Amino acid sequence: MIDGTSAFLEGVVRTATPLALAALGETVTERSGIINIGLEGSIIAGALGAVVGAGYGGVWAGFAFAAVCGCAVAAIFALFAVTLRADQIISGTAVTLLALGGTGTLYRILYGSAGAALNTPTLDPTPIPLLSQLPVVGRALFVQPSITYVLYVLVPVVTWWTYRTHAGLGLRAIGENPAAAIAAGIRARKVQFLAVLFGGLLGGVSGGTLVLAQAGTFVEGMSAGRGFIAIAIVVLGRWNPLGAALAAVVFGAASALQFFFQASGSNLPYQLFLAFPYVLTLLALAATRGRTNSPAALGRQDFEQ
Amino acid sequence: MTETMAFVVDMLVHATPLLITGLAVAIAFRAGVWNIGADGQFIAGATAAAWVGVSAPPEIGWLALIIALIAGVLAGAIWAALAAWLRSRFGVLEVISTIMLNFVATYGASFLVRGPLQEPTHVYPQTAGIVDGAHMPILVAGTRLHWGFVIALVLAVVAWWVMKYSATGFRVRASGVNPFAARSAGLIDVSRVTAVAFVVSGAIAGMAGAIEVSGVTFALYENISPGYGYTAIAVALLAGLNTLGVIGTGILFGALETAAGAMQRNIGIPSTTASVIEAIVILVVIAIAQLRANRVTGTA
Repeated sequence: MIDGTSAFLEGVVRTATPLALAALGETVTERSGIINIGLEGSIIAGALGAVVGAGYGGVWAGFAFAAVCGCAVAAIFALFAVTLRADQIISGTAVTLLALGGTGTLYRILYGSAGAALNTPTLDPTPIPLLSQLPVVGRALFVQPSITYVLYVLVPVVTWWTYRTHAGLGLRAIGENPAAAIAAGIRARKVQFLAVLFGGLLGGVSGGTLVLAQAGTFVEGMSAGRGFIAIAIVVLGRWNPLGAALAAVVFGAASALQFFFQASGSNLPYQLFLAFPYVLTLLALAATRGRTNSPAALGRQDFEQ
Repeated sequence: MTETMAFVVDMLVHATPLLITGLAVAIAFRAGVWNIGADGQFIAGATAAAWVGVSAPPEIGWLALIIALIAGVLAGAIWAALAAWLRSRFGVLEVISTIMLNFVATYGASFLVRGPLQEPTHVYPQTAGIVDGAHMPILVAGTRLHWGFVIALVLAVVAWWVMKYSATGFRVRASGVNPFAARSAGLIDVSRVTAVAFVVSGAIAGMAGAIEVSGVTFALYENISPGYGYTAIAVALLAGLNTLGVIGTGILFGALETAAGAMQRNIGIPSTTASVIEAIVILVVIAIAQLRANRVTGTA
């Protein structure tokens, strides 16, 4: 039986998945003291990469290539923000601009000047036996495209890695006190570079999810600010992987509201619902009072190695 | 009119919004405020100006233009003030808040041109044309070049003078270069100075929107800004955040956008290439600045 509530909850998880993937990666990046505003660029690059990859080898090739593209964009950001120690905000903004323009250009070159409508294969929801029978949340959580299940596995793995391994401790040390971390023999710049790449990889997969589990096609600018929303989600999630996943659900709900209200035949202007996630981001950031609990050295560049 | 002349006119018309939003960004960045929201502030200004322009009674003549410009300035200032308030009161990163407000402004304008402000026949997603009195006078007869370009030049010179020679400009620069030093040296209320710079930046971006409506589009459209606020970042950075330099870089990017449009029409190079070039310009500029700085400190 699919009633209104469970359809809504399914929509919540579906829209939350790409946000959670991107926010999970950015959580790791920011734990190393780097704020990657270019995450939006990795997402849109991943979306285009997914179309290209899926054209060659199906859905999973699409995801693989999406991850590669997301990583490549993040590598450009890391080259400037980590290696050259340029301002992270400016580098990130430029990388976003580069990826938004670059994907638009490449898409038109690859698929015709008007960007002919093209369809990629998509992931169908795969029910998980037994769990999908749970009341209320069963369908919402366990009848989803398999990329959502990848997320379910990634959240505990990243949590474990961040808090329970030596490497994770090193990552967090750099974000809190780079000088001490370096004194302890950690190669801070290298770890930061890798943390940015990991964030870009998940950003790419997030973009791939938009195409391969949702839209089934590429649209210019289809990332629609999700990279920036994901950065807000990291703040809401208190720089904690599980926190980020839960905060993403709140935003998934905000986006899913529009389908819910459209289905219920409300007369409210649709732009109100489109704008709602962005307004929610502002309210949520204000409510958490911005940067409290952030890694102490987030965004700082003034350490030597 | 010769082809060259037509290109120059087009270039200056395109340069006007870029030049003014570039000033807005340069002033904010100088104060250490990462205002990525010039786009939203531009849209807010354009919306307010269009609102005045369509509802002004024709009898008031050119007063409509003055009121439209003031409305645009106020709307841009208010839009930036939201982010400035979130920053000072709640510590919300302005990079995130201004980008969110860009989206809200885009959807807000979309709602208005499909709802309360839609043109009388309710067919197109745009407002009715603004009254004649709200039109910006033409600068060169027989062309589209309007007085908004002159306003842009005057703004740039005034901003340069204020930044370089006035006490206010000194406070803004000091707050941007080293807020801690500025605070501990006393006499500078850094959070106040940056908030004011933020709002002024928004006011200028709002004026750019008002000028675009009164001088070029004569109505509010759904996608009134093709991303001016983002191009403005490249314009400001390439000028080294110097507002006189913004005149040059604004015109350069105006030429770039004009050429990109022509290339798309003639040889099919997508116009999105322009934003790729902008991004590369930003990256090259910061790379050069950074390599130089790293060499000075000997840690390259």
